[in-house]
Amino acid sequence: MPRIALCAITLTLLSFSGLSAADPAPGQQTEQKALYALDRLGYGPRPGDLDRVMAMGVDAYVNEQLAPEKIAEPPELQQRLDALETTKISTADLFRDYGPPARKAAGADEDARKKVEQAAHHVAEEAQQARMLRALYSPAQLQEVMTDFWFNHFNVFRDKGIEGHIWVGAYERDAIRPYALGHFRDLLGATAKHPAMLYYLDNWQSSVPHQDKNGDLKGGLNENYAREVMELHTLGVDGGYTQKDVTELARILTGWTYLPRELEAGTTQPFAFDPKRHDFGDKHFLGKTFTGADSDGEEEGERALDLLARSPATAKHISYQLAQYFVADQPPPELVQRLAKRFRDSNGDIREVLRTLFHSKEFWDAAGSEGKFKTPYRYVVSAVRASGINVINFKPLLGALNQFGMPLYGCQTPDGYKNIESAWLNPDAMVYRLNFANALGNGNLPLYQEPQAAPAAPMAMGGAMTGGMPVSMNLAPQTPAPGPQNKPPPPDPMVLQATLGNPFSLKTSEALASAPPRLRAGMILGSPEFMRY
Amino acid sequence: MDRRSLLKNLGMVSLLPFGRAGWAYAGDGPAPAGKRMIVVMLRGAVDGLNVVVPHADNDYYAMRSSIAIPKPGTDGGALDLDGHFGLHPALAPILPLWQSRKLAFVQACGSPDPTRSHFDAQDYMESGTPGVKSTGTGWMNRALGTLPQRPGMLEAVSFGPVLPRIFSGPGAVANVPLGREASRATAMDKAEINEAFDRMYADNGALGDAYREGRKSRQQILTDLSDADVKEMKEADNGAPSPKGFALDTAQLATLLQRTPELQLAFMQLGGWDTHVNQGGSKGQLANHLQPLAEGLALLANQLGPQFDDTVIVVMSEFGRTAHENGNNGTDHGHGNVMWVLGGPVAGGKVYGDWPGLSASGLHEGRDLAVTTDFRTVLARVCEQHLRLPDRHLDAVFPQAPRTGAGNVKHLLTA
Repeated sequence: MPRIALCAITLTLLSFSGLSAADPAPGQQTEQKALYALDRLGYGPRPGDLDRVMAMGVDAYVNEQLAPEKIAEPPELQQRLDALETTKISTADLFRDYGPPARKAAGADEDARKKVEQAAHHVAEEAQQARMLRALYSPAQLQEVMTDFWFNHFNVFRDKGIEGHIWVGAYERDAIRPYALGHFRDLLGATAKHPAMLYYLDNWQSSVPHQDKNGDLKGGLNENYAREVMELHTLGVDGGYTQKDVTELARILTGWTYLPRELEAGTTQPFAFDPKRHDFGDKHFLGKTFTGADSDGEEEGERALDLLARSPATAKHISYQLAQYFVADQPPPELVQRLAKRFRDSNGDIREVLRTLFHSKEFWDAAGSEGKFKTPYRYVVSAVRASGINVINFKPLLGALNQFGMPLYGCQTPDGYKNIESAWLNPDAMVYRLNFANALGNGNLPLYQEPQAAPAAPMAMGGAMTGGMPVSMNLAPQTPAPGPQNKPPPPDPMVLQATLGNPFSLKTSEALASAPPRLRAGMILGSPEFMRY
Repeated sequence: MDRRSLLKNLGMVSLLPFGRAGWAYAGDGPAPAGKRMIVVMLRGAVDGLNVVVPHADNDYYAMRSSIAIPKPGTDGGALDLDGHFGLHPALAPILPLWQSRKLAFVQACGSPDPTRSHFDAQDYMESGTPGVKSTGTGWMNRALGTLPQRPGMLEAVSFGPVLPRIFSGPGAVANVPLGREASRATAMDKAEINEAFDRMYADNGALGDAYREGRKSRQQILTDLSDADVKEMKEADNGAPSPKGFALDTAQLATLLQRTPELQLAFMQLGGWDTHVNQGGSKGQLANHLQPLAEGLALLANQLGPQFDDTVIVVMSEFGRTAHENGNNGTDHGHGNVMWVLGGPVAGGKVYGDWPGLSASGLHEGRDLAVTTDFRTVLARVCEQHLRLPDRHLDAVFPQAPRTGAGNVKHLLTA
């Protein structure tokens, strides 16, 4: 939002601060800086956030956000996350109890098959709820932003098979979230080995052609992951690799897989290296020779990932994406260079790269620009945060994301969603956004509706599943009396405006002042200023 | 075969949505005001060798032991087109268009840029400038800019929630939401709300422009796809299953085209073609994606009625797939592909382009179908002969496109 450039002219009717100066006073500058930090390091302010950041100081807030391990989750959030039972199940157990073995056990029985599908959907829904809960209510906002950033960077698709449904949350939990501010090489390795990625980009089936027990030639290379890991995850499309490198990397990564039979039999380790599928011949990858016969096979893949993580092309590619995400659609080249140097010097320490970014002149200078256009996800999350609503029912929010073309975990292609204005600003999107803003602002979304009982795990062992208890019970005392049909009351426009620090232009202020009060909350959430950050 | 009996033969009479805009409409529709071009993009790289199958090429069967489409006349066999090529059997709904010479293909068509990145290749196909990433606009928006301007009229539409790269640029393009939601009344359709927002978004740069375009196209779409139509559609269904997915979108496009004579350019897209694993042959994954596409195209052709005579529809995809199947009964990223061209002005019933064959020496980099026709040659042909763009405009729409070497693609259109 263009807070510093804009005169913060307010109308007495709506004003809390009463400020109308053309040049912002020092206190106002701090407020603008605090809002900028809340918007860029996180998903924008909730009620009270602005006061808190101003009291602690913007620098202290940035440092706090860079150390999410020291930020305690509020007990209410923790309780609600704990109630999402399937988000605690291991990757291996999810496969056995909810995945293909469950489907196989259902056989031709239509009802049983339907139950398996419902249970898999339920697992994906709980993953979505967990993601939304944290994005909306976790004070470790940078951790949430970076989790979304990296998930999107190493995208997998919820709707590719039953595996997609059951593993999308476990993938984020095990391969993304622990490393969101960690070392890039760890992130790369964790995503490469997670069954969700092995499945999504097909590497689990890639193998050296080999004879089966009948003597028939079976299997062969699948290039899908080998290409995308270079094009999208590491070097970038102009990172200087060739088709030959793609094929050679695919050979190197043969045998990186998971073994359905062993998972079904109860193994707890989802990743497997299968030497039978590995190509032990020599390979030439990015100018290096990999002598297959000298290795145990698996180690070749680790070496290849080391090479990719250490490449200057990767440092540049990741730095560009971070600068584009946090600063501007066309990021300043000098900043990208500095970030890339920090990336190389710190051996891919993401926290240190971000520290450099958040202390850069370019980052703070961008506060004076028009601002970035919010993606649909950021728009929805920031609107609900500003409204201060305790969401019980996430369906209206997830439905809005579908309608906006950005379903959560629903990007089919491995490049993930873009985060630039040209991808999201279009006429239809504006109309849909404003419909959502009005529905939320006028209290027309059934966000308090209790969920229905969840389906039990089709193959759950020993009553581990509770059958889904209502997630809201712990929040009941804090929840205001619901409006009609389980809808929260409309946010108070005065409170909303104070939460957002009154960033409005004269035109917006006048339009708000001349509108009936019952429309104002929707107008604030649908204002041009709230579309940007 | 006339269109009505064609529909009957396809068993699709009950699928007709928008009763008034359907068959009954054909006799008394508005006179077509202009020439239309519709582009359907298959994102993810469809396997063109299994769409227009070189069944007379023995190399084809040698390379695809598990996914080849059998020869015509056998179980699940290709539908023979010309003795050399055959159509994937799931595309049966568009075979009548071939037979009535309204459908043609250009085989071994594609980009001069060798990239096997989906995203770069799609970008090039949409910008119209292979190899150049800095092009800021899409070729359909540039084409829009060269057509006669009709201010305040809906001239270009795209289906789906995001505006595609192919339409990015200064020209105003409406995007139509998908599915039945399109015509449901919303908060922004209420006068007191939209008046308040009109004040807030007066001027306001890119956001204000998008806002005003959105409101305008929303009003048009509400008029064109009103509740009355949806009700009629239900009655016309006679209790049969309603069209879904792509067929519903093409039905809505047909209705918009019928009622908006100024509409000249339209874009639709379909995903799910990246068949690295278990692609299937006559049946299976690819077949399951091709069938709704074919049904939607057949529906569109029929619903357009006489306006089909002024319409050219192009179906394209960023690149083809490997000639050999891979280790997982699928195919990896390749190069040359097939482009589909259908419509009244098409000199159909023919597979155009030079066929480079699938022998080791004919393949691109020893693995993919070679490209013998630049995709821009086909698109420029349609722009020039059908939309009647003069040379200087063609240069703006497809800068640096080859102007020679079109081969028999020169005769793709009858005009």
